[in-house]
Amino acid sequence: MPLFRISPPFLAGTNRVTLQMLQVLLAMVPAVAAMVVFFGPAVLINISLALVTALLAETLMLKIRKRPVKPFISDGSAAVTAVLLAVAIPPLSPWWLTVTGVLFSIVFAKHLYGGLGYNPFNPAMVGYVLLLLSFPLEMTTWLPVLSLADNPLNFSQALQLIFSGETSGGLLPDTVSGATPLDAMKTQIGLDIKPEYIVNQDLFGMLGGLGWEWVNLWFLLGGLFLLYRGVINWHVPVAMLLTLFVFSSLTSLFAPDITGSPMLHLFSGGTMLGAFFIATDPVSGSTTVKGRLVFGAGVGALTYLIRIWGGYPDGVAFAVLLMNMLVPLIDYYTQPRVYGATSK
Amino acid sequence: MNKPLSDFPGGLKLRGHKKRSTQTPIRKTPLSDKLILPLQQHIGAAAMPVVSIGDKVLKGQRIARADGHVSVCLHAPSSGTVVAIDEQPIPHPSGLSAPCITIETDGEDKWVERHPVDNFREMSAHEIRQIIRDAGIVGLGGAGFPSFIKMNPGVHHTVETLLLNGAECEPYISCDDMLMRERADGILDGVEIMQHALRARDVILAIEDNKPLAISAMELALAARPHLTNTRIVVIPTRYPTGGEKQIIQVVTGKEVPSDGLPIDIGIVSHNMGTAYAVGRAINHGEPLISRIVTVTGTDVTHAGNFETLFGTPISELLEFAETKRQPDEPFILGGPMMGFNLSGDNLPVTKTANCILVGVEDAAPKTDPLPCIRCGDCASVCPASLLPQQLYWHSRAKEFDQTQDYNLFDCIECGCCDYVCPSKIPLVSYFRFAKTEIMNQEREREKSDLARERFETRQARMEREKREKEERQRQRKAALAASKAKKEKEAAAKAETAETADKET
Repeated sequence: MPLFRISPPFLAGTNRVTLQMLQVLLAMVPAVAAMVVFFGPAVLINISLALVTALLAETLMLKIRKRPVKPFISDGSAAVTAVLLAVAIPPLSPWWLTVTGVLFSIVFAKHLYGGLGYNPFNPAMVGYVLLLLSFPLEMTTWLPVLSLADNPLNFSQALQLIFSGETSGGLLPDTVSGATPLDAMKTQIGLDIKPEYIVNQDLFGMLGGLGWEWVNLWFLLGGLFLLYRGVINWHVPVAMLLTLFVFSSLTSLFAPDITGSPMLHLFSGGTMLGAFFIATDPVSGSTTVKGRLVFGAGVGALTYLIRIWGGYPDGVAFAVLLMNMLVPLIDYYTQPRVYGATSK
Repeated sequence: MNKPLSDFPGGLKLRGHKKRSTQTPIRKTPLSDKLILPLQQHIGAAAMPVVSIGDKVLKGQRIARADGHVSVCLHAPSSGTVVAIDEQPIPHPSGLSAPCITIETDGEDKWVERHPVDNFREMSAHEIRQIIRDAGIVGLGGAGFPSFIKMNPGVHHTVETLLLNGAECEPYISCDDMLMRERADGILDGVEIMQHALRARDVILAIEDNKPLAISAMELALAARPHLTNTRIVVIPTRYPTGGEKQIIQVVTGKEVPSDGLPIDIGIVSHNMGTAYAVGRAINHGEPLISRIVTVTGTDVTHAGNFETLFGTPISELLEFAETKRQPDEPFILGGPMMGFNLSGDNLPVTKTANCILVGVEDAAPKTDPLPCIRCGDCASVCPASLLPQQLYWHSRAKEFDQTQDYNLFDCIECGCCDYVCPSKIPLVSYFRFAKTEIMNQEREREKSDLARERFETRQARMEREKREKEERQRQRKAALAASKAKKEKEAAAKAETAETADKET
């Protein structure tokens, strides 16, 4: 093999950005499949729409920024952002919602900060939060689990709803959607209903929300695959999940009326997606070992605080963005001790 | 006494690729017609020639003397005639030329009179060091630091452990492996001398576990010397860069060399196996360092192996002897694939630090443009010095050199692990070298400008002083002048007065 490099080292490992991104996408397949099973095929439409938008936006931005398109479009980072956002927003979101979110993620959160590697905030979460703040109604109407739905939607109905706002049969999004388990938990605790009664409702399953628990389990599985492949490190997910578990356990112990069980918190909403796919984003996360632990713990703690005392049923996105802000500080104060350092 | 082994952070498991070059015994490279000997083959000051053009020299005869403290002598590797003392291309990454002595060999290979030492135990440490220096011995592991300096712990230090580094952790290189297999006894000769000179309490021979034959050869040789009670072989796990001095010390002793210190500060002296062998030859046989074992290997080498090669032998002849598919002027690597450098000249000579010549590597870094850093932190997790390569990269790239020093740039050993794992394929080590060079240049410039400023200020002060002194002198002269004038006037007045009185009287 000829030498391409003119300076050492002349060997290189097989690790590549593209390879990492593709593995992230692959790791999401089981959870996406679970979403299709439990919530219908609408999520696939969202993902396709987000992917197309992201790739177009990425190409356009690279052209405007006079960057080579091919190496950057093939790094796969735009696709990951798109899919993460698409699985985070409600499956029946109107098409313009998805497109707006993805455009904002790619154009503003990513490229206006300098593109791949330079964005201080997780692009998918920036897009998500923009949508959540601007379109709270659309963003909180989730599909019920198919088994509980009065009118389970098929693929073409979902397509019609997403693109035209109603089906040929006259169904409107409101009539087919419902609250998420975390949402129900939050509203009903607000009505002074005890959590142990709330979880007896149909909306809840063995661990968390019905259906949601499976989606979360499959995200967990995908995350373990990424860990095994060395794409992500264990520090962030472990710290985040542990903190969430400890916080919810303590609250369950001392103030059981205001919180769902620790299992509900671990296996509902965006917990596993956040722990393994979002908080582990290397670009916007901490880079030191100790820093990753702090970062993960911070995401876990903030997620819980927002879920219980915040205005939103779930808090992963806000938690990640807030911790993103602290990354430079965390990195600075968690530098490892260098070999042979005598003081410090 | 057998402490469990310690570990160093980071590092890589690399494929060894050592089989290819260890299938045949060490062979002697044929004598070349012409030997080109750079005067500088080590860290420190270049040697000073003590021969002239036209001189006949014998094998082992000194042709250049050590100049200054950090310097060693140079010897004729074979008998012949000095035909040139001039600038020749040398095997250096800069591709520059440097002063060399060229010897045309006469084919007789006739030795100069040698003076072997009968019993080194009767010699003082100083005498042994002197011989090692005169024999031109430098560290043969790759860096080429004059060995006699490392044999001098100074009065303030005692040597607890003499560590013989037989890790040879870089892929492809196998010269130490073969040396241990074939000349274990010769190595132990040198080890005994070193231990005697250093008064080292223990001796540890550290060998990576991917060299079972070398380990058993060394064990056998050691078993034949029952008087070496404090010498033991420690088998260490194969991991790159275990062979780094700091890393092997950490693995074997669990101690860290202080960042701004030397191994001797923690009671350790480490030498390469090949260096120990050279010391043994120099003391027990009176032979200066005139050859070394060079691994020639790589995917394009037909008869890969290890070759005992006289210094000054053109690398092209060595490659011809080993048969390669290399085209003239095609680049090859001198040293290992992780820390060596690439060269392309055909007439470059083998020097004291040339441990391996590599023509064609597997798993070579592909031709790709680097992507931006995605801050994955893989570089930090493989860094054996626990640095944060990616932060160093940001600051090096932005030329924020103060910041790179805050992140301990100078603790980087340039092992290349970070480069190897980088998913964006950023040439990190190149950035770090760039930053180091820039900082050193800046420091040199600062020193220069400090000196200039000092000179200027001294001159300024001197001129001011001179001016003041001149003024003072002028003032004094004026005062004196005024005083003498006043005096004269007074005298004149007095005179006039006397005259007047005289007039009155008359």
